[in-house]
Amino acid sequence: MIDQLTVFLENKEGRLAALCRVLADAEINMTMLTIAEVSDYGLVRIICDDTQRAVEVLDEAGFRAMSSKVIAVEVPNRPGGLAELLESMDALKLNIEYGYCFNISEQRSVDVFKINGAEDVLDSIRDAGYTLLTSEELF
Amino acid sequence: MMTQEEVLHLPHEQIEAIQLEGVKKTVIACYENVEFHKRAFDEAGFDPYALESLDDLQKAPFLTKQDLRDNYPYGLFAVPLSDVKEIHMSSGTTGVATVGGYTQRDLEIWGDCFARGITYANGGPDDICHVCYGYGLFTGGLGAHYGGLAAGCTTIPMSAGNTERQIRVLREMGSTIICCTPSYAMHIADTAIEMGLDPAKDFSLRAGIHGAEPFSDNFRSDLEKKFDYKVLDVYGLTETMGPGVAIECWEQDGLHLAEDHFFAEIIDPATGKVLPDGEWGELVLTSVDREAVPVVRYRTRDITRIIPGECACGRTHRRIDRLHGRTDDMLIIRGVNVFPSQIEDVMKTFDGVSSWYQIELTRKGSLDVVTLKAEVDPDFDFDQMATIQNLQKRIKSAMKSALSVGIEVKIVEPKSIPRSEGKAKRVVDLREGE
Repeated sequence: MIDQLTVFLENKEGRLAALCRVLADAEINMTMLTIAEVSDYGLVRIICDDTQRAVEVLDEAGFRAMSSKVIAVEVPNRPGGLAELLESMDALKLNIEYGYCFNISEQRSVDVFKINGAEDVLDSIRDAGYTLLTSEELF
Repeated sequence: MMTQEEVLHLPHEQIEAIQLEGVKKTVIACYENVEFHKRAFDEAGFDPYALESLDDLQKAPFLTKQDLRDNYPYGLFAVPLSDVKEIHMSSGTTGVATVGGYTQRDLEIWGDCFARGITYANGGPDDICHVCYGYGLFTGGLGAHYGGLAAGCTTIPMSAGNTERQIRVLREMGSTIICCTPSYAMHIADTAIEMGLDPAKDFSLRAGIHGAEPFSDNFRSDLEKKFDYKVLDVYGLTETMGPGVAIECWEQDGLHLAEDHFFAEIIDPATGKVLPDGEWGELVLTSVDREAVPVVRYRTRDITRIIPGECACGRTHRRIDRLHGRTDDMLIIRGVNVFPSQIEDVMKTFDGVSSWYQIELTRKGSLDVVTLKAEVDPDFDFDQMATIQNLQKRIKSAMKSALSVGIEVKIVEPKSIPRSEGKAKRVVDLREGE
């Protein structure tokens, strides 16, 4: 499991920039950022090199930030990489709350998922032949 | 001379005797010394000399805020100005200010009335009373100040504002009792926490006497947790004196009226009929011994009720319930009457949103639109969009069933609802022409 930073942002001018500035000034490096939005607000999800400290500095700066646990699965960077993983997870009857994907090299991709009760299914995912990455392995 | 505790334990018949004797003098003083009252009593056919019982007072006409405004500035004073020692004024945000005048005796009684809050908190000369209501025309600051002095406390006249300095003084002087608006108390606590302090440990407070604006039970328990002290609600209004007309005792089960100084009735605001104890209605006050500006049947526009039965603390002065809004705070939204207190009642049942929220009224075409903005709570797990949407939906449906009006619910970032150092602004009405 890896730590993910989630920040609640109102849909207002300059908020995302302000958020990134706080992290930049704290010398926190992001490897991934994604935004889920509805009309008034959005959730910014970030994978960075120090989630705990990110929560603290954002809290101080008046943001509502929290850290949550997600799983990061490594898949080959080729057509069908994600499809095969999802089929395996489907077979395990895992319900994904949300997810996103990114490449870390020409050969390797990372698929991140939020699954409620994920601790109990880590072994089944490994048994299906997948590698679960730690935060360190992403940096 | 009786001690305050003896006064507070008088058998109720004796209190009623004091009230009757005082009210008789009040109505006669009003009739003889104030042209406006004379005319109003005559028009209503009320003979002040014929008053034989407190029930007879129901024949007297009501006095309204408008009457006070119409008689600005000195029209309702019953003594020569040479006897008036102090003037206060209500904020007058909605019109002409209303004026409170005080003789030396009025000021002493005011101090005694507020001091009862300190008595209820088992306080006295060993306490350090930090007053950070605004000093000035607002009755909060000096009312609490006179109360602190009357109770024998070491009284610190901080006034409101400069929160960091408040925090320094609270810590360094070791204040044990704090008097201010509840929202300002919360602001002090939150600022202290932001400064890295723990108000529960770093301050010596054991009681807060908070009033001048409504606050929910949730807000109270939040405050009590943050400061590790007990919050007592205080009620009062410039038109009849200021804070101290009624104050909660340590039981926190209603506010004891200062019945030896005020005679209270609860009326149906629509018909003006007096309601029995226990029923909610508008509080109407008659002063028992005020000299400068006596009032007869003043309509406070505050909604409360007389709590039937005796208080566990053993004091005999009857209690009013915590205010349930004001007759003039009533919002008319799409033709439906809504009290902000109803919204407060709903909000306090929700975790996930903090005590900071605000109602915004706008108009879209000819339709009123109500938007409730609530700040997301630090303990709320908002990682999944569905949790936030679910919270919005639950608030929305709870509001709909409580108010019979559909509202929009917006979850907003922390600190995006303005913090005020005076009164919390719960409602912003942006509808045009209103």
